[in-house]
Amino acid sequence: MSSMPFKTPEPDSTRGQASIGKAVKINGQIYSKEDLFVDGDVEGTIELAEHRLTIGPNGKVHSSVKAREVVVLGNIQGNVDASDKLEIRKDARLVGDIKTARIIIEDGAYFKGSIDIVKPEPAKSSSSAAAAASRPPVAPAAPVTTQGVPVAAEVKR
Amino acid sequence: MITDRLRSMLRRPGAPPSPGLPVAPANHARAKASSVFDKEIVTSRPSRGLEQFFAYVRGQEGLTILDLAGASQDNINFITNLGHRLYSEDFLRTLDDSFRKDEDQDDAGKIDQFLRQNLSFREEQFDGVLVWDVLQYLSPALLTATLDRLRAIVRPQSYLLAYFHSNEKSRQVPYYSFRIKDQKSLLLAQRGLRTPVQIFNNRSLEKLFQKFESVKFFLTKEQLREVIVRR
Repeated sequence: MSSMPFKTPEPDSTRGQASIGKAVKINGQIYSKEDLFVDGDVEGTIELAEHRLTIGPNGKVHSSVKAREVVVLGNIQGNVDASDKLEIRKDARLVGDIKTARIIIEDGAYFKGSIDIVKPEPAKSSSSAAAAASRPPVAPAAPVTTQGVPVAAEVKR
Repeated sequence: MITDRLRSMLRRPGAPPSPGLPVAPANHARAKASSVFDKEIVTSRPSRGLEQFFAYVRGQEGLTILDLAGASQDNINFITNLGHRLYSEDFLRTLDDSFRKDEDQDDAGKIDQFLRQNLSFREEQFDGVLVWDVLQYLSPALLTATLDRLRAIVRPQSYLLAYFHSNEKSRQVPYYSFRIKDQKSLLLAQRGLRTPVQIFNNRSLEKLFQKFESVKFFLTKEQLREVIVRR
């Protein structure tokens, strides 16, 4: 796990990012065609098909979330579908089931739920070498040295 | 001392520890983590138990594994790279949040509420459970209920990996975050010290898992007993 501190994202109106402030509460469905920063309370659903959703440190989301990329610094209670990447930062809290291609979780984050890693479909034009590169890495072989000492036999019933 | 050792060997896992035994906290609150470590101490060690656990699930894809240590990047990467689905529960954190008073862990209502909050899964949902060392911090009543629940949510022929400290003289034992380094080794991130509610020997572990099909032990140099249990 990287020890580099993450930079806390700030709302950035110059980059085409909508923002929901910490004093705002929304009940209902949110659909956005630009990046969204949520620092308030949302109950309902949030969908940003090809964009990034950031839940700020004050953000409380009780809804299912769907976006290309999701960054959580606050609190989500609901399922998360991040087609590209999900980041759960230190002190964030996520209770729900996750479906994503990549996940980054910092120490100190609280997560309860299931994780489904869904690898993106390789492009049709890609070569077989590129397809091979997209396969999940095989767990590295460990040295055969063993310090653990088995002391008791298996007990079968 | 010999008498104490004998008494401990004969102690039933569910029975309250006898007076005079080295690890016998009357106060469950003392089982909670102490925060003496400002920084994590991370050590790497081989794990025969882990190796056995993943030997059983190797070669299969799409299994469902439950990890009771809470979410860590290493465990997520390792298990999902094998093609499995991972469920994560921070069992100890919820334990500390749920049981604040000494007698709470014996309260049937609170035990039921705790299990509904933490192990609320359908029957035979999992192909394996990484239990790590959490069981030794449970009172006899809560431990029995937790094991019954674990047995219900894993499929027959699937495995549990559990760790138990074996040093009966220790009042407090290192409290770890278990991170999978590779199929045969672990990174143990020491986060402080906790006092186990119960210390188990091989005989009491056999009795503890008597409803399961088989139990296999490995004793490590770090006085950590690794246990593979087959449902």
